[in-house]
Amino acid sequence: MHLYELPVLFALVGLALYAVLGGADFGAGFWQLLAGKGRPADEIRDHAHHAMAPVWEANHVWLIFVLTIVWTAYPAAFGSIASTLSIPLFLAGIGIVLRGGAYALRAGTATPREQRKVDTVFALSSVLTPFALGTVIGGIASGRVHVGNPGGSLTSSWLNPTSITIGVLAVANAAYLAAVFLSGDAERRGRRQLAERFRVRALTAGVGAGAVAVIGLAVLRFDAHRLFTHLTRGAGLPALILSLLAGLTTLVLIWRRRYEPARYTAALAVAATVAGWALAQRPIFLPDLTVQQAAAGHDTQVAIVVAVLAGGLILFPSLALLFRLTLGGQLDYEPTTDTQASVAGRPLRPRSGHTRLAVAALLAGIGFLTVADNDWAHAIGVACLLTFVAFGCLAVLDGEILNSPTPTQPDNQREGQAQR
Amino acid sequence: MTHILAIAGQLAPAEQKYLLQARQMQALSFAVHIPLVCFGIALPALLLYVEWLYLRTGEELYRTLARRWTRIMVTLFAAGVVTGTILSFEMGLLWPNFTGTFGGVFGLGFAIEGFSFFMEAIFIGIYAYGWNRLSPRAHFASGIPIAIAGFTGSLTVISVNGWMNHPTGFRLSDGRVVDVHPFRALFANSYLWHELIHMYLAAYMVTGFLLAGTYAVGRLRGRWGRYERTALAVPLAAAALASVAQIFVGDWNGREVAAVQPTKLAAVEGLGHTTTGAPVHVLGWYSDGRVEYGIPLPRLLSLLAFHSTNATVQGLDAVAPSDRPPVNVVRLAFQSMVGIGSLLALLSVIFLFVRIRRGRLPESTWFYRALVAAGPLSVVALIAGWVVTEVGRQPWVVYRVMRTSQAVTGASGIPVGYATLAGVYLALAVGVAWVLRRHQQAPLDDRASSRQTATEPH
Repeated sequence: MHLYELPVLFALVGLALYAVLGGADFGAGFWQLLAGKGRPADEIRDHAHHAMAPVWEANHVWLIFVLTIVWTAYPAAFGSIASTLSIPLFLAGIGIVLRGGAYALRAGTATPREQRKVDTVFALSSVLTPFALGTVIGGIASGRVHVGNPGGSLTSSWLNPTSITIGVLAVANAAYLAAVFLSGDAERRGRRQLAERFRVRALTAGVGAGAVAVIGLAVLRFDAHRLFTHLTRGAGLPALILSLLAGLTTLVLIWRRRYEPARYTAALAVAATVAGWALAQRPIFLPDLTVQQAAAGHDTQVAIVVAVLAGGLILFPSLALLFRLTLGGQLDYEPTTDTQASVAGRPLRPRSGHTRLAVAALLAGIGFLTVADNDWAHAIGVACLLTFVAFGCLAVLDGEILNSPTPTQPDNQREGQAQR
Repeated sequence: MTHILAIAGQLAPAEQKYLLQARQMQALSFAVHIPLVCFGIALPALLLYVEWLYLRTGEELYRTLARRWTRIMVTLFAAGVVTGTILSFEMGLLWPNFTGTFGGVFGLGFAIEGFSFFMEAIFIGIYAYGWNRLSPRAHFASGIPIAIAGFTGSLTVISVNGWMNHPTGFRLSDGRVVDVHPFRALFANSYLWHELIHMYLAAYMVTGFLLAGTYAVGRLRGRWGRYERTALAVPLAAAALASVAQIFVGDWNGREVAAVQPTKLAAVEGLGHTTTGAPVHVLGWYSDGRVEYGIPLPRLLSLLAFHSTNATVQGLDAVAPSDRPPVNVVRLAFQSMVGIGSLLALLSVIFLFVRIRRGRLPESTWFYRALVAAGPLSVVALIAGWVVTEVGRQPWVVYRVMRTSQAVTGASGIPVGYATLAGVYLALAVGVAWVLRRHQQAPLDDRASSRQTATEPH
């Protein structure tokens, strides 16, 4: 493994995590779409919403992670892909906006009718987005994007058998992952009936996704022969077998209602398909561009590797905390319980000293930033002005203003003055 | 007159009939996203302050206020996430040759920003959904990374903008980008800091005035209990102090622009010819190398830009006409920003004076009417400021290195994309306004969305 391959490895890990975690969130929308009407349907839509509410934004960031890694480490490849596949990428972007908008709107709905409308927008965009992103992968995997602006047809680069297949596979995988995760979440909350409903959906979607994958291989044989060869006879084969085994194991686990381990095998099955694609396509990025040729300069590669490793040191413990709290039910939506302990406190007092400090900081800030003409003086000046803002806030917001028990009347100024 | 030979870029530059529409689409995307960013920067800090007041005093009022603001934060963050995603898509969809050529130089800024984005998303999830389940101290602690990430995120994004305005950290050799040092290009760039601080203070102004403005509306309608007064005082204090500091930071920005981007400064002031002892014109219209109908303030530009009334300021005629930005757009934007900023600073000084001298909030109805207007005006000033930065850099995407027309995509369909995005953003704006209003009216314990959930036997 060379240095120039490390960023693409990071991007693929990010893509696999996005396919699993973001995919499950898309799948939650898929099941909302097929929920139907009536109370059981409302339960399914509610459960799907609440299960992903605390995590969907974090899961979405994996997509941004992949984009930024690719455009930093392989800029020419990124530019060619984005201009050629501009239509499906734009559709995915619109889907993401509608989805995020619908998520925000749902919190304001007051009636089941409003909720159903918002959920429909959410669900439709949850199908559109993974499909569109799947066609992008298909365009790259079947070698339809060349170097250029644009480097291929704007239509056939994504409206082709491989793209359509991978688009459908992305939706099927999302539905399957979501059903597996949601049965586990329902079981954890002690809601057996709901868990059973998602169990049936998980089994159906698992078989469906498997079928799409098999059909997909047949499509690749005719439409992307190089990829097919490497996937079935070359470097991609172990990943393909792993995906198959993990998928079958998941079905058995779900059948036996072992939902927690099923989460991990289902995730493995999907992640392995990403790995299979990468191994089969290596070392080619675009038909006329290898990964090595696409790579930005040495310093950029080092910088991105350092940034990702350092960022990972903060990111992974934080993600672990989020998922531990979520899976432990600490972030569940439970409107009736309020276990917040009351806090014993002391009242605020007026603090006149802060005013003098703030004024001093303001004068010093003006002196260093405006009168002096030197980078270091400017840095001190900025620090002084920020100190002015911070201490100014403390001076303005002391006990005198926040505790004043006499409300000043809006339409009667004199009375307000007299009371004071 | 200097003639600049720009590079062609990594991908072949393309013919694009709709360059102007591509730029407008990008501008629309920024104009929608940047106000949301302000809330991402400033609201977590204001929230933490109010929650700290709760921990300190134990008064339920502060907790109620913090929980209400949490809803606003969650709504606006969701809108910020998706509009920010559109921006990162547009790096490739609209400007593939820019990203394809210079991604190796500036891309790192966005890659690091991705981690700030992760931290924000993770801890907003914990903070927003942990109100009832985490201990008060743990909950407060979960908000701290959100405030930090809001700052570091804007730092890394603005480092890219600073680089576009003042490109360093690479060399051009035969039209190829070589000798790239990304960390140096982004973070050792003198152009980063003034832009960052200017934006950081602007975020507090926009968030503070908009938030205080909503409670000012309530006061004008007679809602003025202790809860409302606290909810108004906290954001107003932050906005007022930031407005005062912004005067001096803005002046600093002007001097940095004068030093590095003289053409932008000339466009800002409508200075057609290189002038010794150059004046500032208030209002007016630029035409044929001079400002007409403006109020001249002699020698002020030389004084402000170079701290000497006799300093020579470079005019627009120093560069070829094809290398000049559209002067009146930049000028109008600049005058709007400074004019609004001055009014906001005046309002702030009135507030601070009444507060310190009389020990209370202002009581004049006119003050609260002005405060209602201050919110939207601060957004106008914010956008106008970015128009100065971005349109003032034209025709360059990377200042004096790559033209915007070389960066643009060769793909067709820009008008369709532009219209679609405008429609979707309009729907998003209407939806967000609707949901914020619902949040304002709904009781805090929102049982409506869990009616069905609660009825199933556990």
